[in-house]
Amino acid sequence: MADAAHPPEPRGEAKLPALTALLEQKFSGQVLAHHAQHGDETVVIARARMLDVFRFLRDDPACRMEFMIDLTAVDYLPRRPRFELVVHLKSLSLGHRLRVKVPVAEEQAEVDSITPLWVAAEWYERECWEMYGIAFKGHPDLRHLLLYDGFRGHPLRKDYEKGLAQPLVPLRPVRERWNYGERFMPVNPEQEDQAS
Amino acid sequence: MKLPFAESFITSKLDDVINWSRKFSLFQYPFVTACCGMEFMAVYGAHYDGARFGSEIPRFSPRQSDVLFVVGTVNHKLAPVLKRVYEQMAEPKWVVAFGACASSGGFYQNYTAVPGIDRIIPVDVYIAGCPPRPEAVLEGIIQLQKKIQERGPRGFDGINPTAEHPVPRLSRE
Repeated sequence: MADAAHPPEPRGEAKLPALTALLEQKFSGQVLAHHAQHGDETVVIARARMLDVFRFLRDDPACRMEFMIDLTAVDYLPRRPRFELVVHLKSLSLGHRLRVKVPVAEEQAEVDSITPLWVAAEWYERECWEMYGIAFKGHPDLRHLLLYDGFRGHPLRKDYEKGLAQPLVPLRPVRERWNYGERFMPVNPEQEDQAS
Repeated sequence: MKLPFAESFITSKLDDVINWSRKFSLFQYPFVTACCGMEFMAVYGAHYDGARFGSEIPRFSPRQSDVLFVVGTVNHKLAPVLKRVYEQMAEPKWVVAFGACASSGGFYQNYTAVPGIDRIIPVDVYIAGCPPRPEAVLEGIIQLQKKIQERGPRGFDGINPTAEHPVPRLSRE
C-alpha cells in the first residue's frame, strides 16, 4: 500500500509508540506510514477501511477517543495522491492524542463520513467538502457551511484561481477611485461598466 | 434708526437651516462586523464621546437611522444583507466606510471579501486606518457634517440611490 508519497519506513528496530503499535497489530496493512514527535503520534491509514479504524479508535478500551478535535484536509498539488484528510482525536479519559491522515486521490475525492461516529464532525466535513471538494459518503446533510449556494469551485484547492470572487450582489464601478492613479484603474474599464 | 427685533433673529436660507439641524442629529446604524468595532465603541464611549458632535444615539433599526456606519470587513455572503439594510434606511441617508476593510477590502484581496463597500452601496466618507484612531473617526464625522451642510442629502446632487439600487431579494424568500 505504500507509494511515492509515503515510502515504507524501517520498522522493527525501535519500539513503536503504544497507539501506533496497537493499530499495526489490529489493522496490519492498513497503516501506510507513521511517526511520532514529542509524544504525539501520527498514523497514515488507507482510505478503504478507514471507518473500521476510526470505530476501533473510538470504541477500543485501550484507545477510547471520545473527542474529535479537528478535521481538515491538505492539498499537496502536484503530488499524487493529491489530498490528505487530517483528523485529530483525543481521549479525555485516557489523556492521549492521535493524528490520523488519510490519502485521498483527486479522481476519487470521496471518503467515508465519520459523522456517525462523532457528531461533532458534521460541520467540519461540510467545511472540508466546500473548501477542498472532498465528498463525505454517509454525511447526513452535506451542503455549504461558510460559502453560499451557487459558489463554483473549491477555494482552498491550490488550483482555484487566486482572488477569483463570485459576488452575490453585482459590483458597481467606482469611478472616483480611477482618479487615484493607475493602480486603481480597472484592467478593462468598459468591461467593468458592463458587469455592474 | 434701529429696527425692532434686530438682535433677536437672523436671516438664512431654509435649506441651510434644515441641513444645520440634520448634521447635528445623526442617528447612526452600527453595521459592525469586525475588530474595527472596538474603536467604534471607544469613539462612542465616555472618553472620546461622539455625542459631542450630535451623533449620539445608535439605532438598531435602519428605518430610524440617518447614517450607516459600516465598521469592518464585508464579505460577498454578507453583501445582500448590507445592501438591504441600506435600502431600508429612510431618506435622507449617508454612509461611512469605517476602516481599511470597509473602504477597500483592506488586506483581504481574495475570494470572499468585498473590495470596498463602495462596490455595493454609495459611500460618503471613508475613514482610513486599521483600525482608525478615535480622532480619525471624529474627523470623519466632522467631514460628514461639513458635507451635509454644504451639499445637503444625497439625491440633491442628482443621484437617486433608490433607483440605482432596487431592494435585493434574500435567498431565504
